[in-house]
Amino acid sequence: MEMTSLPSRTFSARWHVKPLLLVVLIVLIMIGSAVNTQVTAEFSWDQFINIIQKMVRPDWSYIPTIIQPMLQTLQMAIVGTVVGALLALPFSVLAARNLIKQRWVRGGIRFFLNLIRALPDLLLGALFVAVVGIGPMAGVGALSVFSFGMVSKLFYEAIETIDEGPLDALKAAGANGAQIILFAVIPQVFNQFLSYFLYTLEINVRASTILGYLGAGGVGLYLSQTMSMFRYDRTIIVILMILAVVIVVDGISNRAREALA
Amino acid sequence: MQDKQKNIRRQIGQGSIGLIVIGLLIWAFSGIPLSAVKSTAWTITQAIFNGLFHPDWAYVYTGDGEDLFSALIQTLAIAFLGTFISAILSVPFAFWAARTSHRWFTPRSTSGKVALTVIRVFPEIVLAIMFIKAVGPGAYAGVLAVGIHSIGMLGKLFSEAVENIDRGPNESIVAAGGTGLDGLTLATLPAVLPEFMNYTLYRFEISVRSASILGIVGAGGIGAPLIFALQTRSWSRVGIILLGVIIMVTVIDAVSGFIRHKLV
Repeated sequence: MEMTSLPSRTFSARWHVKPLLLVVLIVLIMIGSAVNTQVTAEFSWDQFINIIQKMVRPDWSYIPTIIQPMLQTLQMAIVGTVVGALLALPFSVLAARNLIKQRWVRGGIRFFLNLIRALPDLLLGALFVAVVGIGPMAGVGALSVFSFGMVSKLFYEAIETIDEGPLDALKAAGANGAQIILFAVIPQVFNQFLSYFLYTLEINVRASTILGYLGAGGVGLYLSQTMSMFRYDRTIIVILMILAVVIVVDGISNRAREALA
Repeated sequence: MQDKQKNIRRQIGQGSIGLIVIGLLIWAFSGIPLSAVKSTAWTITQAIFNGLFHPDWAYVYTGDGEDLFSALIQTLAIAFLGTFISAILSVPFAFWAARTSHRWFTPRSTSGKVALTVIRVFPEIVLAIMFIKAVGPGAYAGVLAVGIHSIGMLGKLFSEAVENIDRGPNESIVAAGGTGLDGLTLATLPAVLPEFMNYTLYRFEISVRSASILGIVGAGGIGAPLIFALQTRSWSRVGIILLGVIIMVTVIDAVSGFIRHKLV
């Protein structure tokens, strides 16, 4: 066969049928969503610009008031992450493929972990406020459950990547399950655990700043207070404060994780 | 001798880090008043679990638009519209913020990155309240909040995708006489589109989670009925809403994960 002509394209390739259908589908869902959410062109710019105008003139004198709640936010994040990570340890061992050979144990635990992970952090916050009442304990509870779900998945995936050699060696030498985990599994994944712990802490610091909005303690309460009093010049101070803390925590955590890697 | 000194210095370093960590932990735990838990906490927990196992099935579909099904559909609509509008708006932001030259002074890319950071700073709940002021309470405010917040993150991810592509095809089109626009439509866009789609779906998964809670400030979706059920202590209603959210999030994650797996 001579190779002088270009390969002919099918009808579907020439007219880009598949991408076109995909675009049409997405546009149709978007239109349906717009109808469902009653999106209109109506937009009161006066109100919106009024808010922005207040925000670009921040009330700097508000900073001292929110330092204490900001610190409480950090305490909530740390306690929540520690409690969640500690709870996650046994569950991640039980969910790891290379440690637990019984399928149904693993499957059951993973199903439970998936259920926990499907709950958004703020929804957990609302639940815990209803259960333990308004205050930082609700935030700690929500963050503990949230980080439990996240950390346990990261942990069991880390455990599944370890070198099996030390496990077999200890088993051959007659070690029991607890000894194998203590001397063969934990030393191999310890740095990864710490790294994931810090990563979760970063996410929890972000989440904890908003949780107060629902009454779950910390600086978020001041977001809702300032906004309900129309003091947007103070709201922006809270937002900037959150930004500063998030940048500092991310910076420290990133450096620590690089050192661990 | 030197080795020994180095060893001692390292031990001191590790020891002081350990002390700092222990100090931080003590400080953190001391700040949380354990006593502040409501005495009814255990009863309420039992009631919630009881509600989870005996959900209010009648609420699933009533046909009047005030049921679980409609609220979940609206949540998905907020997330979908918000995410895909922001995906379209993020494309110009991505090219604005992408750092494509290696000079140290890049005013275009730096200003774009700053703009995206400013957008990202605003929590979704704060945006939702700001938009409620502008358009009134309802799902429309939720769409705007999710949409604007997503630009901050999608713009950043998109711009990184643009930074990472191979610029060879673009250069060869220009070298062969094509215009800059030809390079964009024939080389750059086809290279980044799958990644843009991947990030958009990933963002959609996150948006579903945020849209399911925005209702607490009146921005539509399942959040409002949830807060109402919590406040009126209708635990079987709370139970069915929680089940609904869990199923919705799980299904969306699975579908989106499947499509993303095929894309990349």
